[in-house]
Amino acid sequence: MNPSNGSAAVRAENLTRHYRMGESLIRAVDGISLEIASGEFAALLGSSGSGKSSLLNLIAGLDRPTSGTVNVAGSDLAQLSREELAKYRRHTVGIVFQSFNLIPTMSVVENVELPLRFAEVEPAQRRAQSNEALERVGLAARLRHRPTELSGGEQQRVAIARALVNRPKVLLADEPTGNLDSTTGKEVLDLLQGLNRTIGLTVIMVTHERDLADRYAGRQIFLADGKIVADERAQGRGERA
Amino acid sequence: MRFSDVTDLATRNLREALLRNSLTTMGIAVGVASLVAMLSLGIGLQQMANSRLQKSGLFDTVVVTSRRDLRSFSREQENTGPAASESRALDDVARADIARVPNVIEVTPDIRFITELRYDEKPHLTMVAGMPLSDRSNDVFENMLGNFFSSASAPEIILQKRFAEELLGISQSPNAPETDPARLKPLIGKEITLHYAERIYATDSAAGTQPEGAGVNFSIIPHDKTLRIVGIAVEDPEGMRGAARGRAFIPQALAESLHIMLPSDLRESMRSFTSKPAYSSLGVKVTSASKVQAVQDAIRKMGFNTFSILDATKSLRRFFAVLDIFLGIFGSLALVIASLGIINTLLMAILERRREIGIMKAIGASDRDVQVIFFSEAAVMGLAGGLLGVSLGWVLGRAINFGTNFYLKQLEMPPENLWSSPWWLLAGAVLFAIVVSILSGLFPAARAAKLEPVEALRYE
Repeated sequence: MNPSNGSAAVRAENLTRHYRMGESLIRAVDGISLEIASGEFAALLGSSGSGKSSLLNLIAGLDRPTSGTVNVAGSDLAQLSREELAKYRRHTVGIVFQSFNLIPTMSVVENVELPLRFAEVEPAQRRAQSNEALERVGLAARLRHRPTELSGGEQQRVAIARALVNRPKVLLADEPTGNLDSTTGKEVLDLLQGLNRTIGLTVIMVTHERDLADRYAGRQIFLADGKIVADERAQGRGERA
Repeated sequence: MRFSDVTDLATRNLREALLRNSLTTMGIAVGVASLVAMLSLGIGLQQMANSRLQKSGLFDTVVVTSRRDLRSFSREQENTGPAASESRALDDVARADIARVPNVIEVTPDIRFITELRYDEKPHLTMVAGMPLSDRSNDVFENMLGNFFSSASAPEIILQKRFAEELLGISQSPNAPETDPARLKPLIGKEITLHYAERIYATDSAAGTQPEGAGVNFSIIPHDKTLRIVGIAVEDPEGMRGAARGRAFIPQALAESLHIMLPSDLRESMRSFTSKPAYSSLGVKVTSASKVQAVQDAIRKMGFNTFSILDATKSLRRFFAVLDIFLGIFGSLALVIASLGIINTLLMAILERRREIGIMKAIGASDRDVQVIFFSEAAVMGLAGGLLGVSLGWVLGRAINFGTNFYLKQLEMPPENLWSSPWWLLAGAVLFAIVVSILSGLFPAARAAKLEPVEALRYE
């Protein structure tokens, strides 16, 4: 790996994503350049429509940039084919959503194992890896339950376990606490912070809750109209009060 | 993805929308069932017709006549080939030549004569015919009382039912009820005396020198031969049909060995200028109806006229071919409707599972994975529908067969098997269902695979 990129988990250069909505052009991401180091816990902040989720989707490989480059763990996502992009999502990143996005017809353990099926992992190895991931999020018990039988916090833990099961380099979270009450929200973020600290997982989280970002994120990137308006890295921030 | 994972996910998804998927599967099943049912009916009817015709002895027989006879069955035959006076005689040499033609089973002269049969001291005048052993399979001898001839030259006789009734003095008025076969049974094993005239050619006898060109010279000596009644044919009691051309039958070889004087011998003697005996016509039995044409061609090349009923039945066979196509089209239409059902179900499933597709893509499913999952769902529905449809079609066939035979029984007719489902039809129908389902799954699967993850996830 290029030494200059050695510590960068994510590096975006002049990244843009434009949508056409009828006659008007929407600049969801408008020329963003950004570098997030490996092992960082970064929060993307901004009001709705600021482009924070669009930026996260580009980093996640769920969407393709209109122009510019986005490099994650050494691969330029703009250059990847659909097949390679699927592989990238499978192995390099883990994604957690606001609405959990668990498959309701599958049990907890089946949901967690699903990415490993796409990765063609042996069933025995699959079981071991998913058990490990579920232990990390503190949900080793209710494996056979369906997601709807769990509380919101528990569902988000299952989603985090699923994101972790392929041992990704970067964990991307889109409003992970948006559907949770504040106590459970904090528990989930405690969990993410723990992962960030114990296994050095890079975490990039989209949120609009300033106080949560203050409390957990080591770096806060503010967006408005598809542009970065502030990038704060505070000493001591990210320590629990 | 691993194969086991694909099938696992596909069956799970099918289970989740059980009602809709089973309705789609039923749609395929009904399509396959109607295809199987219609083709089975077509094949069954054709087989029934073929075996009936085969057994009638009409379709595997070629009749050979000499051109010297000046009678032929078509103008084309009359106008081609050698002139009548220069053509071959239909004699024993010709008979042996014809017997050597490939696919010919046997060549027999038509021996038929009206004579007196004496039973229980009373004379009965009737038509007696020679019958080769190969006619055992003729449907006239189905359900017969007693047995067929024990050998080709056994001194035995088989009677038509009406003649048996006559021997016993049972009423034969048209309105009389059918005679119980048990009443005829005592006849079997009884002896009957055949009166016939033996024909002895002058050349055969020791004294035989006769001037050339004097025609055939023969003597006629009356004889009696005692025969044992071995069987009574109850089907077709009137004996009107071609092969059943007499009311009493004796083995062909026996008939030939008796040198019975036939009416045609006289005709032959009036125009023949050689002293060799000749046949007026020969019946040629062929291994199967499909070989008849080739045998006919070969015999014509020898310089004889031929006739087979196949000449007259080409249109019948065309009818069956058209019937098969027709029934197949209806069955396939049903399957087309069924595959529209698959397409509809899978497209609905894509709309419904758009979000799920988005999730799967977000956690690493490739286009191919998504496509394969949808594809196998179609294939599983096709397989299930195919198997179900084949069994449904089979049961339907049995039911219709049963109903038909019940009806035939009411009409006091023998049962018929008008339903035939050969294994290749059943296997083919299942395969067809899977292929059609996979083809129907192609478009929906490709659509599902092409969904952009970010758009699919946005869908609630």
